[in-house]
Amino acid sequence: MSVRVGKTDRASSFPVAAKAALRNDQLRRNVRNATDIIRAKRALRIDEMPDWEQLRQAASDIKMHTLAHLDYYLEQFERNCEQAGGKVHWARDADEANTIAAALIKQYSGDQPAEVIKVKTMTSDEIQMNVALEHAGIRAYETDLADMIVQMSSDEPSHIVVPALHKNRFEVREIFREQMGLVDLGDQPADLTDAARSYLREKFLRIKIGISGANFAIAETGSVCVVESEGNGRMCVTMPNVLISLIGIEKVIPTFQDLEVFLQLLPRSATGERMNPYNSFWAGVEPGDGPTAFHIILLDNGRTALLKDERERETLDCIRCGACLNACPVYRETGGHAYGSIYSGPIGAILSPQLQSLEHSRSLPYASTLCGACYEVCPVKINIPEILIHLRGKIVREEQATLRGSLSAECLAMRAMGTIFLSHRRYESAQRLARLGQKIFERNGQLTNLPGLAGAWTEFRDLRPLPKQSFRDWWKTRVEAAVSSEEAS
Amino acid sequence: MSLPLTAREEILARIRAALPDLKVPVETSHASITRSYGRCSSLDRGGCLQLFIDRLIDYDTKVIELTDETELPAAVQQALQDAGEDRLLVPSGPLQTLAPENVNVYVDHGLTTPELDRAQAVLTTCEAAVASTGTIFLVHGGDQGRRALTLLPDHHICIVCRDQVYGSLPEALAAIRSQSARLITSISGPSATSDIEMVRIRGVHGPRRLTVLLYGDL
Amino acid sequence: MRIALFVACYNDTLFPETGIAVTRVLERLGHTIEFPIEQTCCGQMHHNTGYQKDAVPLVRRFVSIFRDAEIVCVPSASCVAMIREHYELIAQQEHDPDFAREVRNLLPRIFEFSELLVERLGVDDVGATFPHSVTYHPSCHSLRMLNVGDGPYRLLRQVRKLELVDLPNQDQCCGFGGTFAIKNADVSAAMLSEKNREVLETGAAVITALDNSCLMQIYGGLHRQGSSVRAMHLAEILSSSEVDR
Repeated sequence: MSVRVGKTDRASSFPVAAKAALRNDQLRRNVRNATDIIRAKRALRIDEMPDWEQLRQAASDIKMHTLAHLDYYLEQFERNCEQAGGKVHWARDADEANTIAAALIKQYSGDQPAEVIKVKTMTSDEIQMNVALEHAGIRAYETDLADMIVQMSSDEPSHIVVPALHKNRFEVREIFREQMGLVDLGDQPADLTDAARSYLREKFLRIKIGISGANFAIAETGSVCVVESEGNGRMCVTMPNVLISLIGIEKVIPTFQDLEVFLQLLPRSATGERMNPYNSFWAGVEPGDGPTAFHIILLDNGRTALLKDERERETLDCIRCGACLNACPVYRETGGHAYGSIYSGPIGAILSPQLQSLEHSRSLPYASTLCGACYEVCPVKINIPEILIHLRGKIVREEQATLRGSLSAECLAMRAMGTIFLSHRRYESAQRLARLGQKIFERNGQLTNLPGLAGAWTEFRDLRPLPKQSFRDWWKTRVEAAVSSEEAS
Repeated sequence: MSLPLTAREEILARIRAALPDLKVPVETSHASITRSYGRCSSLDRGGCLQLFIDRLIDYDTKVIELTDETELPAAVQQALQDAGEDRLLVPSGPLQTLAPENVNVYVDHGLTTPELDRAQAVLTTCEAAVASTGTIFLVHGGDQGRRALTLLPDHHICIVCRDQVYGSLPEALAAIRSQSARLITSISGPSATSDIEMVRIRGVHGPRRLTVLLYGDL
Repeated sequence: MRIALFVACYNDTLFPETGIAVTRVLERLGHTIEFPIEQTCCGQMHHNTGYQKDAVPLVRRFVSIFRDAEIVCVPSASCVAMIREHYELIAQQEHDPDFAREVRNLLPRIFEFSELLVERLGVDDVGATFPHSVTYHPSCHSLRMLNVGDGPYRLLRQVRKLELVDLPNQDQCCGFGGTFAIKNADVSAAMLSEKNREVLETGAAVITALDNSCLMQIYGGLHRQGSSVRAMHLAEILSSSEVDR
């Protein structure tokens, strides 16, 4: 099985990619501006909700319940969907899903040019569907405004909900000018949106095959729910003759009623709206309304590997709202590309390394200060800091199992510290040694250029040297003084 | 010799291998999930309707308040006039009678996509509405039209009866639960995007304008 | 009351003045302080960096040293977060029921310094005088894991002659994050420069917090910039009196 999460094979480790991102002032300004706006809107909407915490708890409970019975709900969903006229396919990994999708598109296109319209689906980015379709000679048009900007500029999404938030209006204008041949295009967001509308209208009315993801797959009804704002989702699921929906197996929820929880949490968390403009629900096919053929591809792509451990399983609760990205002080500095995966920010830092085992994603669980802002805003209460710590543990255990890893500077230092802390006498000796050792690095009463791992500290910050007397030295002196004064009296 | 597992069999087997065998039946376990969040709005009918109107306006929806249904034809005419439109689409059936005389009426007896695309406005009813979010639920077919009807024209004029307005989302979803396997669209304001610099732009691919005609008793 | 002090290894080594200040404040309030000399580290650094196996003996050591204490005072919110959030789980994973019971019994007696004063001892006014302008940075662990709430503000407001200045965007992380400061030094520094821009905007002479680790980061950045803003643990402000300042 080959599990892929976007174009991760050529990504650098997080610290390296982050360093490059930090040098891009325009990108950082754009990211900061966008996340500031969404955060403020979200805060406003959540203040209106006296039962927010109860909703979060219910969402977490429903998700954990569903995952504990995932086989049951997937089979129920499949049965109901097929009864309504849909056809359910299962895909173990990215390649299998892409092969199924390409074969269906070819089959339905017949001798016509193979073209599809797509509504934003992170899952299709995860499996690099557009690349696979292109290889199969199929032209895919992204129809979400941000996804279209990303596609037209051969870029990568940098945010789960607002994939082009790293681009400002002027950058978008240049992309549209070039790709749509609009010389006189203005740079107001309204001008750019209008251009996208006219460009896509023709495609919505002409192209006969649509591809969607799903925000929720409802087991009880066999129906699929797509949450969106622009109307491109409604277009893609309504206008074509054939609809293919790619759905990660964790997207299933038990009942229609359960939406009363998720549809209150998702829009407020994602965009700070009380409700997003459109939610579409459909089960199978309906004569006289919309596609006459409906296919679902249920995708594993590494998800089942997360089920066994309950801590890891929590990762699959994610409803892709992006609130953790907006809240994360690390994401806000670097933007999404530094994470080397289409899943960025705190959720990406736990999801990518679990779905895949590529070298670079090992740096992701360390791309966090464990400040807890992500957990605080997560609408389904995923305890991201705890999962990060759990994954760090896994990585360290793997490292320690290799000779090179067990002899790394970090590993040796940690082991030495562990031994030192086991005896207060050793610890006191180490304190004395450090005080002696630091002398050669002292400049004007500060440590400003330390060697080894500590050099990363003094590259950016000063450090006050260890004082002559530790707290315990002070304490001992005090106790001795007390004893001698007692003896004297 | 056994056949290789299908993807379906393999994925289900992976899931079953990973999950412990739970003794409690699924339904019992689902029913025991604590739902201590607010299921019902605490507002009275008047407060509820006022909130609905406020929320609609907040999300760029035009609201025309009527006392009874005899005023509907005039209200439809006004909605069209205010938008400068004269090509109206209606689902076939009783709504046809509400179309003003001075406009071109397209009745959906199975119109083609290009025909739908020529209409400027569409008139439908709805199934339920939510005050707290300013949301309208369409269960497609009949007077609520097939999905393309309320998607292609620039202006959606939606008739909402006051007794269809529920305070909270849970209440509205409960009201349409018996139709939950049908085609459903929820609409909250005109189509919009904030994808460029988070500036909210009204009217992308769905209708740019949404007008709600609110009529009937409390 | 007999209060056992777990000073935290980095305070012991790098910031002895904090432990001294805690001792003075609590003694001034009439309590007896004990400092078990065998104490070293709570295991946080190992646990949070992924060296969880190496943290276990440190956790056991901590519990055996403090198990009989009436009250344990810890002037480090992140160490308290480690103890509260992880000790029970670690004990469970060790499959050692006696150890797990000891952890459970000990946890309610562990207090972060400001928690001890405000919540356990019911004290807002410790009789301090500190004639300077001060801004308070709620460290992430104190804010989101300990939920210390307004305790530190209540304590600061009672300090005579102290001018308390609000820190804008105070809930933003300073970028320390333990080994994050080393492993992701560039991002850490970027976060720090934002924090420090805001610290400097307040015009305060002193920045305070419940964690010297965050203060070490903030001070390290400020000093590198040539700023004269001082970083002081809350305990040091509360131990100040007219006589010694």
